[in-house]
Amino acid sequence: MSTPLLTARDLTLRFGRIAALDGVGLEIHPGEVVAIVGESGSGKTTLLRVLSGLMRPDGGEVSYLGQDVLGMSEAARRRLMRTEWGFVHQNPRDGLRMAVSAGGNIGERLMATGARHYGNIREQAAHWLTRVEIDPARMDEVPAKFSGGMQQRLQIARTLVTLPKLVFMDEPTGGLDVSVQARLLDLIRALVADLGLAVLIVTHDIAAARLLAHRMLVMRHGVVVESGLTDRVLDDPQHPYTQLLVSSVLAA
Amino acid sequence: MSGYNFAYLDESTKRMIRRAILKAVAIPGHQVPFGSREMPLPYGWGTGGIQVTAAVLGPTDVLKVIDQGSDDTTNAVSIRAFFRRTAGIATTESTDAATIIQTRHRIPERKLREDQILVYQVPIPEPLGRLEPRIAETRRMHGMADYGLMHVKLYEDIARHGHIATSYSYPVMVNGRYLMSPSPIPAFDNPKMDQMPALQLFGAGREKRIYAVPPYTSVKSLDFDDHPFRPIRAPHACELCGSRDTYLDEVLTDDVGGRIFVCSDTDFCAERQAMKEAAE
Repeated sequence: MSTPLLTARDLTLRFGRIAALDGVGLEIHPGEVVAIVGESGSGKTTLLRVLSGLMRPDGGEVSYLGQDVLGMSEAARRRLMRTEWGFVHQNPRDGLRMAVSAGGNIGERLMATGARHYGNIREQAAHWLTRVEIDPARMDEVPAKFSGGMQQRLQIARTLVTLPKLVFMDEPTGGLDVSVQARLLDLIRALVADLGLAVLIVTHDIAAARLLAHRMLVMRHGVVVESGLTDRVLDDPQHPYTQLLVSSVLAA
Repeated sequence: MSGYNFAYLDESTKRMIRRAILKAVAIPGHQVPFGSREMPLPYGWGTGGIQVTAAVLGPTDVLKVIDQGSDDTTNAVSIRAFFRRTAGIATTESTDAATIIQTRHRIPERKLREDQILVYQVPIPEPLGRLEPRIAETRRMHGMADYGLMHVKLYEDIARHGHIATSYSYPVMVNGRYLMSPSPIPAFDNPKMDQMPALQLFGAGREKRIYAVPPYTSVKSLDFDDHPFRPIRAPHACELCGSRDTYLDEVLTDDVGGRIFVCSDTDFCAERQAMKEAAE
């Protein structure tokens, strides 16, 4: 098997008396989509923030291609964050600059990594808008004029423009209605397959996880209670909590 | 004037400001915090510049003060009078004769020399402030030379106006490392900062920051490869001296639309007029 892109071991983090992470470990390989599911407050988002270096755990280690993520300098981590990593927030307002045009939003990562040719930046922006199914003619509009689904797609375009290897997604379909969700999931699936991205996706939507993820981890009270191939976990849940979670999904 | 120390500020304050200046000169373009004092004029009138001037002023210095390029506006006249009274030094309106020039909005047209110091009054020292309101974050960005955001601003300018529409306080890279706001001088003056023989000091009183560009330091205006930096000036000749390569002010002459363009640097303009008269 290939060497893992990201490895985490024995992560622990407490918020007072509450254990947000309690001995969590995981591996992500290149091109793999891993979903973390669980109810609200189970530590999913905290895990994502710790893995991406936004938050320091009390104990444990995270390594990315052999580099110690928690020990690296802030400059190195920021460089990683704007080149080889991407972060898609649940709320597009957290990931976009709302007062900057769509083209400027997509171009920001390019300019941060040294692109200095206006024409090329615009060309790239138009290309990525097309890829996320936004009309390139709307390149100079600010995201505030876009619908929620479009804002989320714009955030994805902005993240993928530097062709990252690993993308963290925090509830990317949260707050969208079902038809828009379906379209977004379809788009993410196509992009992931095309670009060979590794994605770590946090969601409470079991259906979304089944559609996107190769593997999944089920979290509860800061502990990974079950993990494995998505179909195995969902079709043959072993842990009582996973059984409850799977049986709670509404079928339309 | 009795009852005051030479150049108004007490010696320990001057020493504190000089320490900040030395640090600023050692790290070109980096904003150094300093304990800005209350001055006998309001914020926004040059409290930062006046403190820097007071700290570098010696008894043999000759001071020139310009406001919008002009030697005879209220602020320029008042600050010159202030130092004449508190330091007893000589003042001048001639760029050539001055050893220290305190300025707001302009760099003199005449080339400055190694034995001169240019002191800028700076209202807003942080070039990233408009884009990133958190000061802690902008300082981190400076620390890591993470300046992509500034190009986003220029990108937006071109996307909206077809060209870089920033015409004053145009951001520069100093010595290839620090992003710096050159205070509200017109972009036209930016090229004069590059490799200037004179020492350039910047004081922001309200924001409590001092920064500097040492002599012969590279100062480059940010731009795109396909939209290079262009200094902008009004496409006219000066009505008084006929100059076609200086920065011009537009002056209304009556209430029926009459207007003329004249040099904003009054000393330079007067010199040229005198030369023209002498030739005739």
